Amino acid sequence: MSQPTAALTPGFAHPVHDAQRTFRAVLEAMARPLTPQPLGVPLTPPAPLTAEAGVVVLTLCDEQTPLWLDEALRGSTEVTTWIRFHTGAPLVDDAAQALFCLASSPHSAPPLDTLNLGTDQEPHHSATVIIEAAEGAEGSCTAAGPGIRESLTWNGAGLPPRFLKDRQRLTEAFPRGVDLLFLTPGAVSGLPRTTRLSLIGDI
Amino acid sequence: MGGQAMTLTDQRPASEPRIVYNEGYLDEQTKRAIRRALLKGVAIPGFQVPFASREVPMPRGWGTGGVQVTASIIGPEDLLKVIDQGADDTTNAVSIRQFFERVAGSASTTHTEQATIIQTRHRIPETPLAAGQTIVYQVPIPEPLRFLEPRETETRRLHALEEYGLMYVKLYEDIARYGHIAKTYDYPVRVNGRYIMAPSPIPSFDNPKMHMSPALQLFGAGREKRIYAVPPFTSVESLGFEDHPFEPQSFERPCQICGSEGVYLDEVITDDAGGAMFVCSDTDYCARTSSGTSTEGAPQ
Amino acid sequence: MYVAVKGGEKAIENAHALLAKRGSGQERVTAQQISEQMGVLVSRVMNEGSLYDPELAAKALLQAQGDVLEAITLLRSYRTTLPRFGVTAALDTGALPPERRISATFKDIPGGQQLGATFDYTHRLLAEELHTPEVPAAQGEAAEAMPRVTDLLGRSALVEPDHPQDWADPEPGDLTREPATFPMSRAERLQALARGDEGFLLSLGYSTQRGFGNTHPFAGEVRIGEIEVLFEAPEIGHEVPIGRIEVTECQMVNQFVGSAEKPPQFTRGYGLSFGRAERKAMSMALVDRALRAAEFGERAVSPAQDEEFVISHCDNVQATGFVEHLKLPHYVDFQAELVLLRQLGAEFGQSTDGRASNDPD
Repeated sequence: MSQPTAALTPGFAHPVHDAQRTFRAVLEAMARPLTPQPLGVPLTPPAPLTAEAGVVVLTLCDEQTPLWLDEALRGSTEVTTWIRFHTGAPLVDDAAQALFCLASSPHSAPPLDTLNLGTDQEPHHSATVIIEAAEGAEGSCTAAGPGIRESLTWNGAGLPPRFLKDRQRLTEAFPRGVDLLFLTPGAVSGLPRTTRLSLIGDI
Repeated sequence: MGGQAMTLTDQRPASEPRIVYNEGYLDEQTKRAIRRALLKGVAIPGFQVPFASREVPMPRGWGTGGVQVTASIIGPEDLLKVIDQGADDTTNAVSIRQFFERVAGSASTTHTEQATIIQTRHRIPETPLAAGQTIVYQVPIPEPLRFLEPRETETRRLHALEEYGLMYVKLYEDIARYGHIAKTYDYPVRVNGRYIMAPSPIPSFDNPKMHMSPALQLFGAGREKRIYAVPPFTSVESLGFEDHPFEPQSFERPCQICGSEGVYLDEVITDDAGGAMFVCSDTDYCARTSSGTSTEGAPQ
Repeated sequence: MYVAVKGGEKAIENAHALLAKRGSGQERVTAQQISEQMGVLVSRVMNEGSLYDPELAAKALLQAQGDVLEAITLLRSYRTTLPRFGVTAALDTGALPPERRISATFKDIPGGQQLGATFDYTHRLLAEELHTPEVPAAQGEAAEAMPRVTDLLGRSALVEPDHPQDWADPEPGDLTREPATFPMSRAERLQALARGDEGFLLSLGYSTQRGFGNTHPFAGEVRIGEIEVLFEAPEIGHEVPIGRIEVTECQMVNQFVGSAEKPPQFTRGYGLSFGRAERKAMSMALVDRALRAAEFGERAVSPAQDEEFVISHCDNVQATGFVEHLKLPHYVDFQAELVLLRQLGAEFGQSTDGRASNDPD
């Protein structure tokens, strides 16, 4: 909190257009699950926050969206100051209170069963988890559901097997659920709650 | 009133204009809220996401939901097409298109396959939509159960429980009385095998176009404050029964201008002696079919 | 061809020109003249337009050529684009030095009854010309405290307190920023009623008086006056006055309710509006009380007691938009109905023909 604002790196240079472009990429990502969408990254947030995570957070978060950060991000005053300054999002320690969760690696994503899944009447009051995917993860799943023409294979983003199994089980809770966004350099992909995963070698 | 009551703004310098609008009309905070609702809508196909619908500078019920959705997604790279009743030139379509040209500086087109965003009232274009396109429907009554159960508290519960018996009873009563399901527009659909959804008042003729469409379909109901969505390649099944399956309406004659068959036709009264001609409701499709310009092919 | 909808662009342009011409008149009336001489109308536009700004409300009325709902729509769709800085401190209407203050529940009250600028006892005789008489100098006005009548009753616990005992004064919801769902909190309901159509609320309030959800109301107090608005800016750290607004407040004192835990007490209905808007504030208070039926274990059987019905239909911007949208072309859906109706007609003809030919004679 003691960071002088002079040390802050800037947010969007063109707030209206940058947010619009980022949103369209995220919307396409959610509409076409696990198909990476190019993401422009016109800013340099403080490490370990990546530019991809920075643009997505600036586009989606504000005073109305409690945001949870993993330990690596929470531990950086530069990161928390930057996010608070540019979005006003309240940072929460308890992932269950969050509308957005941001994990700087697949291993630091919060366990899905601890998150807000919404209710059967209000399934939209559920968390969205943004995860920095591991590069070069080995393919491990097939995926099908709305937004996917037939089926596709997915490398699992480097998520631990337990997380993927939790995610697989969560499909049954529909309409309750959690929606995921994965970030890779210059791209975003989505995994909405409707996508059915089969773990290869697990069937 | 006495004129003593004042607001802070009364102390402004006289030269400054009082009334100033944002670029793109909606402020960024509003767009973010709508964008978050859109993402949840896409993630829960057919579920109506409540959103704090804003006033936009046109009357409620004239497409304010569609306008808010379009305003939240449109950017300088987009080409916008606006249709009402299938036509680019109907007064309300013109008015909405002019609104976006004025506040968003957006480029527009009448060619279906060139458009990246199509805002529509009451029709889906005849030219098949393609991947990369987004169609935004203006929705008057988003709740498919509304005329069976007027209370939102109750319909919300019915959707949560997937309790849709009421709807099937109504459709079956139609069959008992008329021999047909007497619903010709806003014909209810089931999305991804779960939610029953109002497709907006498109004719049932257009319903099959929604099923497994490669385009993203977004729905905005401004007055009723609801947003919902159907992602690409999603099952959209029009309700029916085994012995009375859904039958979209069809026209047995071709368009009298362009000769197209299997398209939706407007009946235009030509005299006061019962004379009428039948022409395409999709004006872009008709104009380009009759001039021999291809309407096939996808923008991407 | 269907000329009426082709060439839409040109048609719209012409219509706008014609509209402007119809409203231009011999000489333009100024917004200031409107806000000074049609203050009650301006108040209505500010209330239902949800924006306290007499100048803009007057401009909207002029632009709308006197169409109140059109003016409200103009004001609302401007208001919604304005930045939101925060929530002001609750108004202390007890401290409001009223220009008008009456109570129907007591013959006299501390601070006295004050008629103020009211139409109440004017003879409704249409005048050829309007005159501006001298107003006698005020006598001892604002010298005496004018406590709210409901506070006087409250002191002896004859009326329910104006907030529950465990009240934590939470940040009020904002209907214009958050999607409201039913059931609503009372604060959200009051917001919706404050923006609600005066005529609709008047009729609903009237319906309760005629027995459709009667709550036995007494006008505990109606007061009108200017009040200071305080705002706590985070940068400053304390409340600062940001201006004065004129408001009308109505406190209805309604039928008493008691239970095993509580002695019987009068209940309340509350109405607050911008400017001089007494009818609106009174109607709002009647409807507020009627909508509290569930809170007091009353059977809700009348329209005015039905939250979803009242709140969903009290907004005239929505109502007029949807009613008037029927003017838009609907010929695609109408065509669909025509096709079905012709088919049903043909089938009906066939089946009755069949029946006729089977007839023995």
